[in-house]
Amino acid sequence: MIGAAAAALLSHWRRHPGQLATLVAGLALATALWTGVQAINAEARASYDRAASALEQSDLPLLVPREGDSLPLSDYVALRRAGWKVAPVIEGRLRLKDGSARLVGLDPLTAPAVPGSGTGGDPGRALLDFISPPGEIRGHPDTLAGLPAAVEGRRVATEALSPGTLVADIGTAARLLGLEGRLTRLLILEDPAQDLPPLGEVAPDLREAPPQPENDIRGLTGSFHLNLTAFGMLSFAVGLFIAHGAVGLAFEQRRGTIRTLRALGTPLSAVAALLAAEALALALAAGALGVGLGYVLASLLLPDVAATLRGLYGAPVPGSVAVRAAWWAAGLGMALLGAALASAQSFWQLRRLSVLAAMQPRAWAMAQGRGQRLMALAGLAGLAAVPAILLWGQGLAAGFAALAGLLLGAAFLLPLSLSAGLRAAERAARSALGEWVWADARQQVPGLSLALMALLLALAANIGVSTMVASFRATFEGWLDRRLAAELYLSFDSPAQAAAVLPGIDASAVLPVTRTEADLGGAPGLVYAMADDPTYRRNWPLIEAGPQVWDRLAAGGGVLVNEQWAIRAGLSPGDTVQIDGAAREVLGVYADYGNPRGQAILGLEAFRALHPEIGETRFALRLSGDPAAEAARLVAEDGLRPDQVTDRAALKAESRAVFERTFAATDALNVLTLAVAGFAIFTSLLTLQSLRLPQVAPLWALGLTRRRLALLDLARAGLLAAGTALLALPVGLALAWLLLAVVNVAAFGWRLPMQIFPADWLRLGLAALVAALLAAALPALRLARVSPARLLRVFADAR
Amino acid sequence: MLLEATDIARRFPGEAGPVTVLDGVSLSLAQGETLALTGESGSGKSTLLTLLAGLDRPDRGEIRLKGTAFGPLKEPELAAIRRGRIGLVFQQFNLVPSLSVAQNIALQARLAGRHDRDWCAALAERLGLSAHLAKYPETLSGGQQQRVAVARTLAARPEVILADEPTGNLDEATGDAVLAEMLALVAETGAGLVMVTHSGRLAGKLSRRLHLARGRLA
Repeated sequence: MIGAAAAALLSHWRRHPGQLATLVAGLALATALWTGVQAINAEARASYDRAASALEQSDLPLLVPREGDSLPLSDYVALRRAGWKVAPVIEGRLRLKDGSARLVGLDPLTAPAVPGSGTGGDPGRALLDFISPPGEIRGHPDTLAGLPAAVEGRRVATEALSPGTLVADIGTAARLLGLEGRLTRLLILEDPAQDLPPLGEVAPDLREAPPQPENDIRGLTGSFHLNLTAFGMLSFAVGLFIAHGAVGLAFEQRRGTIRTLRALGTPLSAVAALLAAEALALALAAGALGVGLGYVLASLLLPDVAATLRGLYGAPVPGSVAVRAAWWAAGLGMALLGAALASAQSFWQLRRLSVLAAMQPRAWAMAQGRGQRLMALAGLAGLAAVPAILLWGQGLAAGFAALAGLLLGAAFLLPLSLSAGLRAAERAARSALGEWVWADARQQVPGLSLALMALLLALAANIGVSTMVASFRATFEGWLDRRLAAELYLSFDSPAQAAAVLPGIDASAVLPVTRTEADLGGAPGLVYAMADDPTYRRNWPLIEAGPQVWDRLAAGGGVLVNEQWAIRAGLSPGDTVQIDGAAREVLGVYADYGNPRGQAILGLEAFRALHPEIGETRFALRLSGDPAAEAARLVAEDGLRPDQVTDRAALKAESRAVFERTFAATDALNVLTLAVAGFAIFTSLLTLQSLRLPQVAPLWALGLTRRRLALLDLARAGLLAAGTALLALPVGLALAWLLLAVVNVAAFGWRLPMQIFPADWLRLGLAALVAALLAAALPALRLARVSPARLLRVFADAR
Repeated sequence: MLLEATDIARRFPGEAGPVTVLDGVSLSLAQGETLALTGESGSGKSTLLTLLAGLDRPDRGEIRLKGTAFGPLKEPELAAIRRGRIGLVFQQFNLVPSLSVAQNIALQARLAGRHDRDWCAALAERLGLSAHLAKYPETLSGGQQQRVAVARTLAARPEVILADEPTGNLDEATGDAVLAEMLALVAETGAGLVMVTHSGRLAGKLSRRLHLARGRLA
């Protein structure tokens, strides 16, 4: 019995391969977009874990030089002799074929851990291999591949290190970095005992510094990954609309078969079990396909996402995706969940299906619309929830809840809104044909509502995200111009080098760029020094300022704080903040789009008084001459390395490139979501086509040619897409506002002014129109070529 | 007795309270007997047929097939009886559109677990369907589709055949031809037949006739 019943049910797919393809494609696309995003997130998280565990030093306090970037080896020797438990570290940038990598030199005998060790084998032998000339250079395979052949050392690939980081024995690193006899910092392995001589006695040129906040990366990037996950969820929802439509129609078309099977003696439980098994098999097949596609998608997007994470947060993430069990399982799980969600309504109907019920595919399409009012009510509730969430909710979770309320609310309101608009147009129509076209379009709304809702979500997401990105871009460009006002930026190896080179430069102003780690109101952050100069007075991007802000800053009377800190702590000019335990007045708040951490700016003199130990090695130069020529002269005549001299144009180009790559992944997801929505329309039109003949056959009989009917069908698709795009515009703008004013503030700590770009909307509207026309083209072509015999059969069936 | 219905009553909810469709109907069918159920539209003929098929349950009364009462049976048990012992022929044919003619003919026999390839082929031959076995139902005429439905029913060799206006969608000549074949095959297999029909002319071709009026046997 089971075999025969299964064969009868499954034969439906053999006769409707397009519908099967739609269902599988819908589920696979939904799974692919979700899995792709999860794969990217999993890769990034694994990378953060590697970064956190690799050098196991980030939680150790440090000893660093009071001046310059390095300390003499003799300080280390003196400390060890005095009984201090410290481990030496050398760190610098090593040039790769393309870009550079961070090279960390460790002493394997004193370092807490050496990444890539301890994977079995003889530890003594491994130690010998690590240190014996020419020495091992350990790194991620991607990083080692970029190492020039001229760099001497045995390459040892290890997944234990993040891309962009290399580890070597301290002697090897010193040789490669040209820092023989020097160290970068010392790790304090144990708190010094009471009876040890104090640091000031043994090594007065060193100072203690807090642990490096490397493992902040996970916290900082969390919001970025949440954004990606939200996009993945949106894409998943759009894909589900497709699957739901295909499952629903397939169920309705098989209602007759199910009724016949039951009349012929197949129990309901057996039919339900067969349909469940079918859904499971389809979900697994589509899920596997989706996970595979997701992997491809992740591989394509990851390089841009990795660049974003590096650029925005300094988080090291590789550019390639590893296959991980976690996201495979998650992808298949989502496919099963999707199939269950898409099938739930059909199973509910099956339970209530009378054996005597008639087959009603057309009624199914209309039933989709019967819930229109209920859906519209749910939509209104969703929209009404948005202000409530914003009023009483907090943080990123509230931001995303508001986004969900807005998008789902708008989607649920769409069918009723479109129907109302089309009804109004129908009333205004003058000709009989015009009336029919509007009425016919309205009649199609229920059957197409899921696909149109998917289109609305995709368009609104596109408008919202592109408005956010464009607003960000415009603000960022202006901010960059003001922030990078100086023509040339120099980075010296030591204050002594600076003192030797600077007097020879013909600059109208030499502005030190000095900073230090500090405790900002209980959280780690950076404090910068700012010279009193017209460059800053004119250009610095202040958002809020108290009276005589620049004069008071120069006089050491207070601080400027960045927007992130101001928003997080609710600061405005006149408030008092604690920096390293000292109270300071907030003089102004400035825009800072470079990082999500807190920052403060002190007047140069005040900073120098507070931190006399910090030597000035970085400078911004105001030049009247050609910056490029001056840069070349500094390299040629003063012996500066090219990486010590950066001109404004290069810095701006680099910043812009980082920015563009930041949003490349978002752009790609935007396009994909729109493509999925276009596909949803295509499949809906295709599956509804068989139900369409009875509606157009009478018109054909009355004298409209098939070609004209097909053109009218194309026009109807365009009409519905245009209506949806029109309704998507306010939704998209509301979405942009939520992203800029709520989500960004919660995620990054900065608020951006919203700017509108009507040309982008027009382009997107045209894209939606083209997508809908393309989706409608094949069904229209089929209608244009349908044989008169098939149209005549409509009348024969009607008898 | 092959099939017995005793004091059957069936009511359905209506706008102005329950509507009684059948009220105290009793009938019996012997092995090899052919019985016509006639009556006006709404007299309860089709409702009685669905009750006899175990597709619906009476509000009162009992139906027995060779002594097995339907009342205490659960849905899977009733389904097993329909699958193995009863054959249904519908006015609307109710073929599975995605199965070929050959697959449709074999469907119930396969569900019942007694598919006989030769018997199916013989039925197709007798009903003039041999040339259409690979086709799908939508490509056949109404008469051909009804022949497929008859063949599907007979292929499972049921003990009772219940036919609801099996020629109602066919022209007179085609209807007569289909009925003649059906009666001949029923006689050959020894099954009992209950056929609902509007037509007194067709009813006259069966061995016995019962007339329903307003839910009661006249």
